[in-house]
Amino acid sequence: MGVYLLGVNHRTAGVALRERLHFSPEEGLRAATKLRNDGVVDEVVVLSTCNRSEVYTVAADTRTDVESGVERNFCVHHAVEPEQLNGCLYRRRGRDAVEHLYRVAAGLDSMLLGEAEILGQVRETYLAAQREGLTGPILNRLFQASLEVGKRVRAETRLGAQAMSVASAAMKLAEQIFGELRDNAAAVLGTGAMGAKAAMQLRARGIGRLWVSNRNPERAHELAARSGAQWAPWDKTAELLAQADIVVTSVAGTDWTLTREALAAAMHARGNRRMFLIDLGVPRNIDPAAAELYNIFLYGVDDLNEIVEQNRQARESEVPRAEAIVRAHVEKFTAWQSGANAVAALAELKQKLRLQRELFTDARSEDLARFSADERERILRMMDDLVEEILREPAERLMKDREVRERAVLLRDLFGLNETDPSNSSGPGGRG
Amino acid sequence: MGLQGGNGVVISFTALGYTTAGIYAASWACYLGKLFAGNKWTGRVATVLLAAGMATHYFALLARAYSIHSVPYQDLYGSTSLLAWFLALTYLGLELLHRERAMGAFVMPLVLLLLGLELVVAPHAAPRSPARGAIFALHVTSNILAYSAFTLSFVYSLVYLVQDYLLRRKRPVAMMWRLPALEDLERMARSGVWVGLGSLIVGISFGMAVDHRLTGQMLTPDPKVVISFLILAFYAIYLLVSRSPAWRGARASVLCMASYFAVVFSYTVVNLYLSRFHKFY
Repeated sequence: MGVYLLGVNHRTAGVALRERLHFSPEEGLRAATKLRNDGVVDEVVVLSTCNRSEVYTVAADTRTDVESGVERNFCVHHAVEPEQLNGCLYRRRGRDAVEHLYRVAAGLDSMLLGEAEILGQVRETYLAAQREGLTGPILNRLFQASLEVGKRVRAETRLGAQAMSVASAAMKLAEQIFGELRDNAAAVLGTGAMGAKAAMQLRARGIGRLWVSNRNPERAHELAARSGAQWAPWDKTAELLAQADIVVTSVAGTDWTLTREALAAAMHARGNRRMFLIDLGVPRNIDPAAAELYNIFLYGVDDLNEIVEQNRQARESEVPRAEAIVRAHVEKFTAWQSGANAVAALAELKQKLRLQRELFTDARSEDLARFSADERERILRMMDDLVEEILREPAERLMKDREVRERAVLLRDLFGLNETDPSNSSGPGGRG
Repeated sequence: MGLQGGNGVVISFTALGYTTAGIYAASWACYLGKLFAGNKWTGRVATVLLAAGMATHYFALLARAYSIHSVPYQDLYGSTSLLAWFLALTYLGLELLHRERAMGAFVMPLVLLLLGLELVVAPHAAPRSPARGAIFALHVTSNILAYSAFTLSFVYSLVYLVQDYLLRRKRPVAMMWRLPALEDLERMARSGVWVGLGSLIVGISFGMAVDHRLTGQMLTPDPKVVISFLILAFYAIYLLVSRSPAWRGARASVLCMASYFAVVFSYTVVNLYLSRFHKFY
């Protein structure tokens, strides 16, 4: 019973193809259910985010068409020809598949290194699949361990810490100046992409009051409605400056939108309360001389980019530590899985030997007929005890020695045992 | 000399002091861990260790008080231990009030330093002194509580200025993201000053009561009294102007730090060299 993964992600496919291959949560469950009901796999989870669409499966080794079956299902679901996905799909088996999922949960496989959202997405996807009964002992263990890996990486390294984009870096700075933003007011001047992003970030961080202003009032109304802000007329900017603690500018034009004099007047009007100015305009919108004013903090795109870069480098320096955590958990899972397989194989061998004993005694029923019923019973019991005795030492060594456990799966080949679900056996291979 | 346990075992105040120093050091390590690694559980452990250290510190002070039959303020070094305990107490109070643990990394070394002065420089208690009554004890302890609160305000203001500089120069460092926001630091510094001013007013009032009982006067001017009123005036001005348009922010923090030098002057120069003028007996 090995883990098999088929997927496509931001490294192998462009955004257009990823969008086409995306599974909504409902579609993911539907596709997974079909795979299992068609008898292609025994356990399945479909993980789909904006950066990846991946199918994690577990199937008995006796199934020979797992990989082609999963791929066929994947293509049929998205109505694409397999040839269209040449070079875009990746396939991982066993240990590699386990490591891949752990890297995903840790944020090591994300476009934004260490992003926090992915762990929640893995959790939601797994829980939904588990509720639908699509997971079994192996994927349960695998996904639960991946959540542990994700949590450990975030707790023990700084991979997921600090700002990641220009807008979030600006918000982090705002919080470093004002603390929680619920008692503060902000104004966004300009409704371009950066201004809109900043307005959304401010709203998401719980800003107390938010105004949007633009030369074109229609666009300001539109962004105000979208971000839950108030619209303010462009010619009332001076009044806005007197009230807003955070001012974001993202205006097209070559003249200063906010001059030093205008800001000095605003600071006077607001009693020198701290003001954080975020100039996202290119070319700049705010006179750099305004930074000299008391209690004004002025940051431009370059300043913010520098912070983003510092943070990226800080996060990248944490990658080796995060990878060490991933490796340790891959080892742990591999050890568990080989143990589970070995225990299952031993249980099957015992079952097979008992069956052979029964066939053997049935074939010699005439020879045994000369014994009384009690004597026959005793002979059969002694033969059962002999089977137990033969298997006792191998079982003990199996429990003690990891290397023996890893080799014990050869029992299947030697004795021609049928594959069975390790969940049916007891011991370390039990439900994870 | 020390506390006598139920089974007759005497626990010396130095043994308790070293135990306390160990616990405080562990707490400091956890606060540093919280500051640099950002692990919230490390911060919680730091707070628990601080509280535990304060408990053993209390018994160390009690042991010292038993040995000299007085609150331990007889000599400068002995009283530093009391100041350390009040510093820890005030910090813990402000930490719980503002729900902010990052500053523990900056306050704990001061607590350890003050406790260390007692353990290393003055490990033996001062000779027994005549009892001066509860009001005198309250006068001294209130003043020491005030000094500890002003010390905290100094630390908060210093961190404010460093962070303000880094933000204005656009040189944020990784550790800065774990420090309280500028507004929170300003609020915390003001809280410290409020506690300090309140305690100082109470301390001076008790001092006036003792003075009146002994001399019939409400106030005998001497260097300690003068510097105490100066401290009162400096911090009152700080509270008045810290929210005014011209002073709010970095300037108020500078004023808060400058005022603290009067506290240091009072605690060292005045206590060491001019205390003979300030005797309530």
